[in-house]
Amino acid sequence: MFRWEFFLEIIKKPDNIPIILLIIALIVYTWIALYKAFDNDKRLAEGRPVWEAEPHNQEKVHTWPHLLNIEFIAAIILMAGLTLWSVFLNAPLEEPANPGVTPNPSKAPWYFLGLQEMLVYFDPWIAGVLMPTIIIIGLMAIPYIDTNPKGNGYYCWKDRKFAISVFMFGWFLWMILIVQGTILRGPGWNFFWPGEYWDVHKVVPLVNVNLYELLNIDPKTFWLIREMPALILLGLYFLLIPYIVSKIYRKFYEDLGFARYTVTMILLLLLMSLPIKMILRWTLNLKYILVTPWFNI
Amino acid sequence: MSSKLQDFLEKHVYPTQIWQSIFRHGKPINDRNRSLAVLSNVFLHLHPIRLPRYATKYTYTWGMGGMSFLLFLVETVTGILLMFYYHPTATQAYIDIKSLEFDVPFGMLLRNMHRWGAHLMVLTVWFHMFRVFMTGSYKKPREFNWAIGVLLLTITLFMSFTGYLLPWDQLAMWAITVGTNMARAVPFLGHEGPFSNLLGLRIDNDIRFALLGGTTVGGPTLLRFYVLHCIAVPFVMSFLLAVHFWRIRKDGGISGPQSARLANLNKVTQVKAALGKKEESTVAQPPKTE
Ligand code: HEM
Repeated sequence: MFRWEFFLEIIKKPDNIPIILLIIALIVYTWIALYKAFDNDKRLAEGRPVWEAEPHNQEKVHTWPHLLNIEFIAAIILMAGLTLWSVFLNAPLEEPANPGVTPNPSKAPWYFLGLQEMLVYFDPWIAGVLMPTIIIIGLMAIPYIDTNPKGNGYYCWKDRKFAISVFMFGWFLWMILIVQGTILRGPGWNFFWPGEYWDVHKVVPLVNVNLYELLNIDPKTFWLIREMPALILLGLYFLLIPYIVSKIYRKFYEDLGFARYTVTMILLLLLMSLPIKMILRWTLNLKYILVTPWFNI
Repeated sequence: MSSKLQDFLEKHVYPTQIWQSIFRHGKPINDRNRSLAVLSNVFLHLHPIRLPRYATKYTYTWGMGGMSFLLFLVETVTGILLMFYYHPTATQAYIDIKSLEFDVPFGMLLRNMHRWGAHLMVLTVWFHMFRVFMTGSYKKPREFNWAIGVLLLTITLFMSFTGYLLPWDQLAMWAITVGTNMARAVPFLGHEGPFSNLLGLRIDNDIRFALLGGTTVGGPTLLRFYVLHCIAVPFVMSFLLAVHFWRIRKDGGISGPQSARLANLNKVTQVKAALGKKEESTVAQPPKTE
């Protein structure tokens, strides 16, 4: 049942205020970007220059006053906003640090809650180490794997459908996990609906099973044999899918070349592994696909 | 300005050797002097003298990069002031934060600005990245600057993370405990990570131990995070910011549609193109900047 007081209690935590800003900014700036993109698509379709390339906008203007003016105004608004925020909302300070008393839930700062949320679906070495590394490397790799020369320096959608869809998918996944980790995760990192009471004693039965258990394979079987189905599945996922895609989308593959295509597919499959694991958890209560003596996936 | 003051300045201030040694250009009343003002000022010189009009529009850049930098400066100034009142020790840190609220004039405002500025900066940097992606500004010739940007984003997050511990309250300690627990699981380097036994790692010699200066978040962690937060990471960040800003100019200024840059081909390239070197004329070169 939705109760405002419980909802507001979480929203109003001073450290959660940025989450509200985040949600507003997501809506506003996604709208601006897409509005401008579609507008430019239309212009291109009509054979007109994009907004950025209009003669009026291409005209060179002096930094002083044209750029400095707007920078100055932006700086004043930002400083005024930050000062007001700081006058009216105090940074939290709880009880002194005490290693003996563990708060429940104990949460990382909000901008890391996407990672903490991933811990539900993956072991710490994947959620906390591998994924962040892949995110950083993957982001850095974008300019080197996206060789499409179109859409450089102006908003557009039609010329970059694939790149924009993938980026937006990852971006919104990240943001939604953060919002969920902040607002919908309570004590014991259990899921709570908005406005639900965060009951510390909520008991959620641990019913998660591994793939071999789903397949009724004897857990005592030698692990390499027990995990055969998992290894085959992972093999199909990381090898067969890229192979098939390269055959179906020949042009895509040839444009990129082997190295770029491989990197793109690995990043893409790793990105998709998160929602896939989430869905498997919700539908089949799947814990691990692969269980080895050293690590689990 | 009243004309009397104006007269006074004109007669007795502007012509002095001191004034002229500081400002090497006339009053910013015409384009020439304003250009000189931008050129001869080290901070304004981060800008080009002139730029295409769309680049001055909020709807193109969203001002997110500039706001990130302004917030970086706010954090630096408020951070230095906070350092005057803070001891990074387990016995004193919490008391120092409390005294900011009750003893130090404007101490709470100072702390609030530092904290909310940091949170805001995470947002502005994220949305800066989002804008750069949506305008395709990471494409040639700005690939490297995008990579520098990703490092800046990582460092911005790491700055926030290390700062979160310093108030030394329950929120701080447990957030950092949760965060650094991940380090247990680093493959090879964390004692609970896959293959940790290869290097003979235990809880008291793995990578988490190095980060915390102990097996749990304690006094030594506070000191380590303090040094990282106040000195080591800002140092790296300033370095990367310098590269980032330099490269924006060297990559041809703010990004823009190809046609614009083709129109701006520098002289050498134009000559080569005129001589029939087809390659050069079709590949857009960033215009040279002064
Ligand atoms: C502390 C963080 C950062 C600061 C202070 C900063 C600052 C700036 C500024 C002032 C600009 C000029 C244009 C604008 O304001 O949009 C800029 C451009 C740029 N930034 Fe950043 N940035 C930061 C992080 C990043 C990140 C995270 C990325 C990408 C992952 C990035 C990639 C770029 C690129 C590619 C440009 C050139 C854009 C263009 O020419 O349109 N930066 N940055």
